[in-house]
Amino acid sequence: MKNIWTITKKELKSFLYSPIAYILTSFFLLVSGFFFYNILAWANDQTMRMMQSGYGMNRININQMLFEPFFNNMTIILMFLLPMLTMRLFADEKKMRTEELLLTSPLRLSAIIIGKYLAALIIYAIILLLTATYAIFVFIYGNPELAPLLTAYLGLFLLGAVFIAIGLFASALTENQVIAAVISFSSILLIWVISWVGESGPGAWRGILTYLSFFSHFKNMVSGVIDTQDIVYYLTFIFLGLYLTRSVFEFRKWR
Amino acid sequence: MIQVENVSKRFADVQAVKDISFQVEKGKIWGFLGPNGAGKTTTMRILTGYLPPNEGRAMINGIDVSTDLKSIKKIVGYLPEVVPVYSDLTVKEFLRFVAELYSIERKRIRFAIDRVVEKTNLQAVYGRLIKNISRGYRQRLGIAQAIIHEPEVLILDEPTIGLDPAQIIEIREMIRSFKDSATVILSSHILAEITQVCDGAVIIKEGRLMATPTRDEWGKNLEIVTTGMAGDTDWSDLKQAFPVISEVRAEGQVLKLEFSETLNDFNKIIKYLIEKDIRIKEIKAGLEALYMKIILAEEGRGS
Repeated sequence: MKNIWTITKKELKSFLYSPIAYILTSFFLLVSGFFFYNILAWANDQTMRMMQSGYGMNRININQMLFEPFFNNMTIILMFLLPMLTMRLFADEKKMRTEELLLTSPLRLSAIIIGKYLAALIIYAIILLLTATYAIFVFIYGNPELAPLLTAYLGLFLLGAVFIAIGLFASALTENQVIAAVISFSSILLIWVISWVGESGPGAWRGILTYLSFFSHFKNMVSGVIDTQDIVYYLTFIFLGLYLTRSVFEFRKWR
Repeated sequence: MIQVENVSKRFADVQAVKDISFQVEKGKIWGFLGPNGAGKTTTMRILTGYLPPNEGRAMINGIDVSTDLKSIKKIVGYLPEVVPVYSDLTVKEFLRFVAELYSIERKRIRFAIDRVVEKTNLQAVYGRLIKNISRGYRQRLGIAQAIIHEPEVLILDEPTIGLDPAQIIEIREMIRSFKDSATVILSSHILAEITQVCDGAVIIKEGRLMATPTRDEWGKNLEIVTTGMAGDTDWSDLKQAFPVISEVRAEGQVLKLEFSETLNDFNKIIKYLIEKDIRIKEIKAGLEALYMKIILAEEGRGS
């Protein structure tokens, strides 16, 4: 545990000393803030109309009209930004030849991998926490439900955790950060849209491909439903990403 | 004590190391010598546990590298060819990180860092970012990270590469001082470096072991290339001035000396010759002559 923290601490330092973390955070907040404002304006407009016409008043729900579309949009931003957060994790070690220092130290390979993973996860959690300021404003001026909001945040956090695991694996494959980002972005996108193929395919495939896609699992959580099946799905994906990262190193030794 | 027995390493399309065996006794400094791409780095990486051998055994203090990697990593200090430092950390932060990597106790970390900083003379750059320190300091920092956990075996891959002459001498002095506490292996393609620092050498070429001469063997002879014909001069006074010289032979331009015991310092003999107005073109210590014979003979056979 202490060993994992050694690596995490060092990674966090590297993140904070380089401009990457600050620029990513700023742009994430800028873009998500833009989305939030627009969706809020749209929700406001809709609510006004419903109130004026008296039609559909019972369907006015701030969680459904504001937060659900907002979180759905946020996943798109994450798909672009998280690969940039993870691309340097191992690629840079290889390029700067510092990998040899880590791999010849008594630290276990899994401690190195988990340590790096945790560092990226912590940065991501901080970014996510900063977006909570939007929700605070909504709480000040309105009365949304807290529980579905927290569930949605948990969903978003788990989804990002999967993206980071994929990004870590991609970073272990190459010494070029851009290639790592391209690999992780494309993989995330493919797994995201794999359910589209499923929809038009034969019955058995439809089930499997829909299950594999991030989309179907995220949909539940963002609408406030926690299903253990979804949590298991995310955790399996994270484990798989870390395990594959480990395999890359094992494989390279014998290449 | 380092033992390498019939070690081979293959990469996908290259046989990097083939059936290499040698032994280095405790407290000795041993040099790896060979042209670029001879397999020096690969052999060193096998000893550090970074790469597993395909065949054979590599053992450090009786522990097999393939079976007990964790123990090996704790007793081996390693300086790779490219110094593995994080340029965005300060010297202090980096050494602290390495100390933690090697699980040095929290209360002893400070002491361990102070010790290596003093040993490698890093005081002047202690608080600086690594990206801002000079090449010489970087190399010293590389050595500092390799010795922070007081390793019993120290493996240095080209420790003096890219340094200026003053820095080279400084690093060599440092390496000599490690002899008291550790067994050292260093690689180099500078023959003079091996001659001056090492107790023995492993000469490899194209992944194969060519020879393992010791200081006793190469310290016992010296070749001096003169501008004139060496045979024209009478050398009998040389033997009288230096009783340690057991044999003097003149072959063409080359004066070959053999000693009755191992000589580490040829300076007095060279000075004597210069005072005698002998014009010296080149001095080959024993190892150099041996190395050239091996490498050139092989190339001659090949062509």
